[in-house]
Amino acid sequence: MQLSARSYEDLPALITLMTGDEKHGRASESTLDVLWVLYNRVLKVDPQAPDDPDRDRFLLSKGHGPMAYYAVLAATGFIPLDALPTFGRYDSILGQHPDRALIPGVELSSGSLGHGLPIAVGVAVALDLKGRAGPRVFCLVGDAELDEGSNHEAIALAGRLSLSRLTVCVIDNGSATHGWPGSIDERFRLEGWSAATVDGRDHDTIEAALSAAQQDRPHVVVAEVE
Amino acid sequence: MRDRFMKVSGALLDERPDLAIVLADIGFGYFAGAGVATRHPGRVLNVGIREQLLVGFAAGLAMEGLRPIVHTYAPFLVERPFEQVKLDFGHQGLGGVFVSVGASYDAAAAGRTHQAPEDVALMSTLPGWSVHVPGHPDEVEAILRSTAAGTGLDCIRLAESANPEAVPFSSSLTPVRRGSASAVTVVAVGPSLAPVLEATAALDATILYASTIRPFDADALRTFMAAPAVVLVEPYLAGTSSAEISAALKDSPHRLLALGVARHEHRRYGSRSEHDRAHGLDAAGIRRSVTDFLASAA
Repeated sequence: MQLSARSYEDLPALITLMTGDEKHGRASESTLDVLWVLYNRVLKVDPQAPDDPDRDRFLLSKGHGPMAYYAVLAATGFIPLDALPTFGRYDSILGQHPDRALIPGVELSSGSLGHGLPIAVGVAVALDLKGRAGPRVFCLVGDAELDEGSNHEAIALAGRLSLSRLTVCVIDNGSATHGWPGSIDERFRLEGWSAATVDGRDHDTIEAALSAAQQDRPHVVVAEVE
Repeated sequence: MRDRFMKVSGALLDERPDLAIVLADIGFGYFAGAGVATRHPGRVLNVGIREQLLVGFAAGLAMEGLRPIVHTYAPFLVERPFEQVKLDFGHQGLGGVFVSVGASYDAAAAGRTHQAPEDVALMSTLPGWSVHVPGHPDEVEAILRSTAAGTGLDCIRLAESANPEAVPFSSSLTPVRRGSASAVTVVAVGPSLAPVLEATAALDATILYASTIRPFDADALRTFMAAPAVVLVEPYLAGTSSAEISAALKDSPHRLLALGVARHEHRRYGSRSEHDRAHGLDAAGIRRSVTDFLASAA
């Protein structure tokens, strides 16, 4: 494996460089396409300026199985490719859950489910308060993660505050124990969000849904994967 | 104390554009009624009755450079969202000022759901937090102004009971009374000072006062302690700071009596003073415990 990979086709090979967290392999695979589209087509972020105050914010709430995230960060220049084989080691920057203190460009230390979305709501409000018109705030959660009650506190408040700069992407691989009768997007719509459901493997569709500008409300994209 | 907190935090919002007050309904009525929410509609933020969100949301504000002042009842600020406190602030490397009301059993008549005498013990398990237990409204103001100007993790515990006089704010143990070379050393925390002074008026005792209990000022304890006997009086869970004192005196043989709220659930309503009496934290109870402690060594 040459350590110069930069394309989508390289990602599976990059992921195989990271061993030791096979139990979360499915979680990692489920996020791969959305993460790739985010970092290559949607997010206004620069690996050379990861702290640019006008960057888009991306908070990976679903910190489980971050191998796809690390592969995308490596392929887009945020972390060196040769960090990938160190995954999980004592002195590695790449753990089984990401740490913002260790990885350039990572906004959120995650792993405990149900934290990212409440924080993202706070980030969106803070950007409003500071008058920064440009940055959008993206948060990726899993469909099973939505079981956590803290998410629903955040979904309700974001809807009431009409946080138009906030976009949540739900990776729906049907892993929520009790499911979401009536669909996930309906749950968000009920709280005043706009919503779209897309094929979580179709890059053009994902890009269109994530890029859709919202004028007066937060937006959710439910990305369905197998 | 709470009145002073609200008045001063409102004034701080006028002075500091980077501050925000974050509430979960509780307390919003004051800031609305006092005009603070009208003057700063974007910085008096009420998330509703959503305490996990309260903390996570405030962390999001901190992530973008604001200094949040997060306020509600102690059980809902420390216990219910404890993982958010631990991860969304400490683990993310963010700062904020947490201000609780309802200290221990201030809300005695409300019952166990509104009581959290374990709060300081819980906060003490987390790295990086300073825990302040003011004993007078003037101390509340000094601590609030100091912490609001900082960048760290601060928790301020407001109580309904207060000492008659304020002690000038210091993060160190402050000697209030000096005894002889054979005097017992009594560490009184926050509102415990008044009953401690009354209880020990006739005793040969050095009284040290703490309105900041974390980090614990081990150097001052070693400096002021004379005889190897220490009494710790905390207005929350008994023994919360025992390990700090043991660590401070690890090279010195000593005896320690730790007074505070008993660990068992005292399933009673009533008033704060009735609960003080039940836990032996009124002046008579403290005097009795200290006298027995000193007699047992004789």
